[in-house]
Amino acid sequence: MQARHKSMKASGETLAEANEQLKIINDYESPFPQFDDKYELVGEGFLQAGNVEIFQINLGKMCNQVCKHCHVDAGPDRKEIMTKATMQICLAALVQTDIPTVDLTGGAPELNPAFKWFVDEIKKLNRHIIVRSNLTILESNGFEDYAEFMAGHGCEIVSSLPYYKASMTNKQRGEGVFEKSISAIKKLNSFGYGKDGTGLIFNLVYNPVGAFLPPSQESLEKDYKRELLEKYGVMFNNLYTITNMPISRFLDYLIQSGNYNSYMQKLVDSFNPVAAANVMCKFTVSVGWDGQLYDCDFNQMLEMNMNHGAPAHIKDFILSTIENRRIVTGQHCYGCTAGAGSSCGGATA
Amino acid sequence: METYYKPEDLPKFSEMSEGAPELWKKFSEWYGAVFQAGALSEREKALIALAVAHAVQCPYCIDAYTQDSLAKGADLEQMTEAVHVACAIRGGASLVHGVQMKNVNSKLTM
Repeated sequence: MQARHKSMKASGETLAEANEQLKIINDYESPFPQFDDKYELVGEGFLQAGNVEIFQINLGKMCNQVCKHCHVDAGPDRKEIMTKATMQICLAALVQTDIPTVDLTGGAPELNPAFKWFVDEIKKLNRHIIVRSNLTILESNGFEDYAEFMAGHGCEIVSSLPYYKASMTNKQRGEGVFEKSISAIKKLNSFGYGKDGTGLIFNLVYNPVGAFLPPSQESLEKDYKRELLEKYGVMFNNLYTITNMPISRFLDYLIQSGNYNSYMQKLVDSFNPVAAANVMCKFTVSVGWDGQLYDCDFNQMLEMNMNHGAPAHIKDFILSTIENRRIVTGQHCYGCTAGAGSSCGGATA
Repeated sequence: METYYKPEDLPKFSEMSEGAPELWKKFSEWYGAVFQAGALSEREKALIALAVAHAVQCPYCIDAYTQDSLAKGADLEQMTEAVHVACAIRGGASLVHGVQMKNVNSKLTM
């Protein structure tokens, strides 16, 4: 598969539309059992949320990279960016609650012009902040001081590095991304990120560069730590293994490479009730760039809003209507329940 | 029979339990234990299996252990090196038998 330089949306690809993706993954004539039926193996009836622990906000779909597997279909050509007005509504919602963690994602969240202001305001509410940084943005013109800014605000940083070698990383994320990422990690380490005792947490994310499931998180973390330290002298705290969801660009890859059915079968066959019992949507609220509310970032990209009595927009946010809500599911949910499970915090089983 | 090897036969491996279920049970338990992480990591064991799969030239095993090596965190570079190890041993094993040829040659020729 050739490197991408444009988003699917900018290229006018049919599969850029959420409803086109849903037609494929929720095809009732497919041989795969319905996710809701399979979830009954967990023994809890339908998938239901508990207390909200993570308030995840997508600050926009703009990104300086165009990764082949991106579930957001992000890229430099995406103009969807959260406005300061919507951020203020998010803050007003947040202040009503004790939700301990705010998770900022994108695209590249740093590309939102109000990023620093927003981080300042969230910090005033005394919440833990996670920034999902793609690393290369920290080495880009105009963003050289962002690493120091995030260190100053005690932000936790979570970054994708799909392998500890250049070839696989660059194959998925673009030529030169590995080298630039290592340079950014060196900068983060220089501020104390990834080093014991500093309190500055820097976690890496592995996701498979192809149609297979991730390895053991614990075992791979050892390989990453050894290889990155020996070869590049860089450090991080934890490795999270994340499964690729069969949506957006990864769905496009699966179809183009003839792997769609076998990958879905693999996800279904690897359904793990223990992983399913700990899926992240149970304790997460996902806010879209335009303030729409979702059960998770993947539902967000499929435009499947919260439902079952929960509000669809942040302006209507009432915590009591969100906690214990029934979660909106689809066949893509198998991605979070396969094998050791998958979440924005890595394996769940 | 069109071909001896069909990809759809691989998932039927467990049908070998029919006829000798106790032996299959013992084999399955032992097989599973062999591939657990121990002194060697799961990735290292998958790569050894991949190399052996090439040495015994089993298409089922090559398919299964290419997938397994990837899923255990190996990359193309590591898998290719593993295949070269298998090739080196196969090639070396042939070549070292040349010593027997030389022995026979020494005995029979002036």
